[in-house]
Amino acid sequence: MADDELIIGHRNSEWTGLGPILEEDIAFSSIAQDQIGHAVANYTLLNEHFGEPVPDVIAFSRNEKEFRCSQFVELPIGDYAFSLMRHFLFDHAESLRYARLSDSSFAPLAALAKKIKGELKYHTLHADLWVKKLGMGTEESHARMQTALNEAFPYALGIFEPSKYEEELVAEKIAIGETALQTEWLDVISPLLQRANLTIPKLPIKERVYGGRQGYHTEYLQPLLDEMTEVYRLDPAATW
Amino acid sequence: MVNLSTPSAASNDRAVFDAPRNDSNHKAFSVLETVMDPEIPTLSVMDLGMITNVAVSDNTVSVRFLPTFVACPATSYIRNNIEEALHHAGFKSVQVDLETEMNWTSARISELGRKKLEAFGLGAPVAIDGVLDFAQIEHVACPHCGSTNTELRSMFGSTLCRSIHYCNDCKQGFERFKPL
Repeated sequence: MADDELIIGHRNSEWTGLGPILEEDIAFSSIAQDQIGHAVANYTLLNEHFGEPVPDVIAFSRNEKEFRCSQFVELPIGDYAFSLMRHFLFDHAESLRYARLSDSSFAPLAALAKKIKGELKYHTLHADLWVKKLGMGTEESHARMQTALNEAFPYALGIFEPSKYEEELVAEKIAIGETALQTEWLDVISPLLQRANLTIPKLPIKERVYGGRQGYHTEYLQPLLDEMTEVYRLDPAATW
Repeated sequence: MVNLSTPSAASNDRAVFDAPRNDSNHKAFSVLETVMDPEIPTLSVMDLGMITNVAVSDNTVSVRFLPTFVACPATSYIRNNIEEALHHAGFKSVQVDLETEMNWTSARISELGRKKLEAFGLGAPVAIDGVLDFAQIEHVACPHCGSTNTELRSMFGSTLCRSIHYCNDCKQGFERFKPL
C-alpha cells in the first residue's frame, strides 16, 4: 500500500507545472502531496510496530526488486487522459481499501484508515467529475478517455494482486482480501464509467498485469527510483 | 439540503471530547491561543481544535496535539512552535504527544475560529453529517459578501486544506477551508 502511494505520488507530482489548466496542475500536485503523506504514515506504522527503519530510509534506500508496488503506479504519466484514468481507477481502489481497513483487527492501521478515507473522498469526487466531463465531452475527448481506459485497465487489476501473506491477513481479519476488494471496486467503478459513456474492456484473465507485489517491475520503476533518491544518495542526512 | 449554518455536536466535536480548562492548565491554554497556524496566521491551534488535552503539574506541561490533514506539511512545524511557546512561557518540561484516539474533522474548528476564517477571507467549512458529498464541497457562502450564489472552481486550492470558489454576486474568487 505504502509503495503504491509513494510511487503514484511521485508520478502525479510530475504534473506540477505541466497541468493542462492551472486548477488541474494544482489538483494533481495536491493529490500527489496527499499520496506521499499517506505513504509516510504507513511507513511510520512499519517503523513503530514492526522494527523497520524510519520512513525516509524505507523510501529511499531500497532497489527496484525490494519494492512491492503494483506495476500500474510506476507507468509514466502519459497524456492527461491516461493520468486522469489512472487517478480514477487507483483512488477508487484506495478509497475502498481504507474504508474496509477502518475495521481492521490491527488497531493502529484501523485508526489511520479512518482518517485517510475521509481525505480520499476529495480524490474520488475530483476523478469522477473529470472522467464524466471528458467521457461525455467531444468525440476526441471521449476517444482519448476510452483509449486510456483500455490501456490502464489490465494494469489496474494488478492493484489486487494478492501478496504471499494474503491468507494470513484475511484469516486474522486484518484485511478483507484482494478478491473481495476487487469485486467491490468493480461494483463502484462500473456505473461511473457507464455514466461517462466508457466501456470496460473485456479481458481474458491472463492479461491482467501481476508481478509488482513480488518485486517484478516494468522498465520504468528503476529510473523513477534513481531520480527520487538522487539527493538521498548524495547525502542521506540532508534536510530541507 | 445543505446546512450552511454552524456545526452541531458531531462525534469528534471538541465539546464532547476535550479536557476542560481549570486553574492548573489555564496558563498553558492561554499560551496555546498564541500559537498560530503558519498558513492562516490569524487562527491559533486552539481555534482550529488541534489540542485535545492539556495537563499541568508544577512546571511540567503535557499537551495532546491533533493534526488536521495526514499529509499537512506544517504538522511538525506547528508542533515545534507549541513546544517553543510553552518553554518560552516558563514551563521547564514540555511534552507534546500526537492524539491518536480520534481524528480531526472540520467540526472541531471553534465558533471564534470560524469567524476568524471568514475575516481572513476564507469560507468556513460545513459540519459533515455522515459521509462527505459533492454538495457539501460545492456549496459555501462567500466570505466577502455573504451570498450563497457561489460556485466551486476547484476541489484543490493553494494548500491541502483549501478549495477554490467564485462568488457570482460580488464577482470575486475566494478560497475555503475544506470540510472534512
